[in-house]
Amino acid sequence: MTNPREQWQKAFDASKVRDEQYQTMSGIPLEPVYGPEDGDFPGVYPYTRGPYASMYRSKLWTMRMFAGFGTAIDTNQRFKEILKSGGDGLSTAFDMPTLLGLDSDDPMSLGEVGRCGVAIDTLADMSDLFSDIDLGSITTSMTINSPAAVLLAMFVAQAENAGVPRAKLGGTLQNDILKEYQAQKEFVFPPRQSMRLVRDTVAFTAAEMPRWNSISISGYHIREAGSTAAEELAFTLANGFAYVELARQAGLPVDAFAPRLSFFFNAHIDFFEEIAKYRAARRIWARWMKERYGATTERSMQLRFHTQTAGVSLTAQQPEVNIVRTAIEALAGVLGGTQSLHTNSMDEALALPTERSARIALRTQQVIGYETNVTHVADPLGGSYFVEALTDEMESRAEEIFAKIDEMGHGSMLEGCIVGIDENWFQGRIADSAYDLERAFNRGERTIVGVSKFLEGNEEDQMDTLKITNADEKKQRERLSSVKQDRNEAAVQDALDRLAKDAVDTEVNLMPALIDASNAYATVGEMMNTMAGVFGRHVEVPTI
Amino acid sequence: MNTDNTSLRVLVAKVGLDGHDRGVKVVARLLRDAGIEVIYTGLFQTPETVAAAAVDEDVDVVGLSMLSGAHMTLAPLVVAAIRARGVDIPVVIGGIVPNSDVAELKAAGIAEILGPGAPADEVVAAVRRAAANAAV
Repeated sequence: MTNPREQWQKAFDASKVRDEQYQTMSGIPLEPVYGPEDGDFPGVYPYTRGPYASMYRSKLWTMRMFAGFGTAIDTNQRFKEILKSGGDGLSTAFDMPTLLGLDSDDPMSLGEVGRCGVAIDTLADMSDLFSDIDLGSITTSMTINSPAAVLLAMFVAQAENAGVPRAKLGGTLQNDILKEYQAQKEFVFPPRQSMRLVRDTVAFTAAEMPRWNSISISGYHIREAGSTAAEELAFTLANGFAYVELARQAGLPVDAFAPRLSFFFNAHIDFFEEIAKYRAARRIWARWMKERYGATTERSMQLRFHTQTAGVSLTAQQPEVNIVRTAIEALAGVLGGTQSLHTNSMDEALALPTERSARIALRTQQVIGYETNVTHVADPLGGSYFVEALTDEMESRAEEIFAKIDEMGHGSMLEGCIVGIDENWFQGRIADSAYDLERAFNRGERTIVGVSKFLEGNEEDQMDTLKITNADEKKQRERLSSVKQDRNEAAVQDALDRLAKDAVDTEVNLMPALIDASNAYATVGEMMNTMAGVFGRHVEVPTI
Repeated sequence: MNTDNTSLRVLVAKVGLDGHDRGVKVVARLLRDAGIEVIYTGLFQTPETVAAAAVDEDVDVVGLSMLSGAHMTLAPLVVAAIRARGVDIPVVIGGIVPNSDVAELKAAGIAEILGPGAPADEVVAAVRRAAANAAV
């Protein structure tokens, strides 16, 4: 058995490394990683210091900017702008009606169409969204959960119509329904029926889309909803374990799907706590996957994650200061070894970002990536007494929470997560933590620059923000109405009938029926309503 | 209608499709801790369901938490739905509302608007002010 440094060296030597001067600005040469012979190393189990031996020497993180607003044609323009200015992956924000599986002409959609993201009703919109973008050469992330299977089906249908086979598609579906009940609250079906759709997408992508990440297990929303860092870490990984158990129950071998699970964490303003959180996440995941779930391939144990800076940390007051907050948070993500990053724009406490503010947010990442040299050395904070102690503390707090969830599920993390949702346990803890933080702020124990202190400058006029008019809503309704006129109604009905029939039989994978329905130009709302007819709808009992 | 500040009744509501409920829950607890009785009707309400609940519960103020940008469409509809029931319960909005929208919202009959970062005492004061002004 070789020691950890030798294992690391072997893996590093096998990695492709970017052609660059790995030295400080003053010419001091830099090793790819520092640490004692027998210590932890990146790319070596339990991966506390990074999933890969070479980390950013092989490839910087993906600068993945989340975008979407108005109609598909508007968002397609923004996508092209992002690709032109050096972004290398797309990330699609859908509007609220789409997130809830409603069509733009649904009465509940009034005032929300195209507002927080792009409106997608049918395959025609999906075609506009990715028009003149080669889906085989970039990766695409789609932030969608309750209707994730429907949007994946439409995406596959659109790509194949454009000549890109599904096996060539690279990207990520958020598809993390558990955190919807816990935190973000964009749910449609009851938890167990939703989990069947998650199972279907995981099985489908494992079999047919080898480059596709089937679930992005997301702590981001849990944190934004008010949890602590330790709760974000623990709830997210617990949800991850639940999906692993779900797929295993469906008969998939763990190493067949686990390599396509990825994570999504928040980067909040407490710099070191965030870095410790990412390091603890990698170590916990590796150990649980190996010891509890019997994973054998490295990829199954290597936690890879996307980071987004904290929306809740932004202030409406003196919004330019948000650029600084975002830079610090982004740096935490990078020093914590993130695989991709979205930086929020300075105006997002007020509205969706303007093109200019979104560009500054991307430039923030580019400064970190290309000017600071922090990318030369993997896990530069590893070995810091403080960061190591904080990493251990994060891990032990998470383990306490896992024990509670495991107990709620009588030895099953999958059951524990569903029971915890049904009993309002996750929701209650998140609301309690949010209120604790609010009270600390109101007691003056926490400072927010420009809000609780240092107010000079607040009297200036607010910056101009992106305006989305109701004209987009009207345009989108007209678009939907014309698509409905042009389609073959009998074919739509046949496709929906088959979907209903497949939905009744829990053994059947719903993806083929959804792809066929997409190709018949069935709407998102029609497909979701058809499934709701079989699955029912989830209603949350309101609690304060 | 109740004008005694110690026993105000407030309905807090999420109208439309926005599921972000951190703000509404924090505000509900803040108001409750300030001695105000709070009723929360849960997610995905329409202007009609909010107005009906406000009248049924005989509240002094309706508080809307809005983060999705739909406030310009939905908040005036809540005011109209309440008035259509022959009462004039004041409506307060909190959330992601840029200053440039304030004048139009006031013109549509919104009593108070609380932007991002409004501190607890300002939230409580705005609710009490809305109730007191309506009682005059």
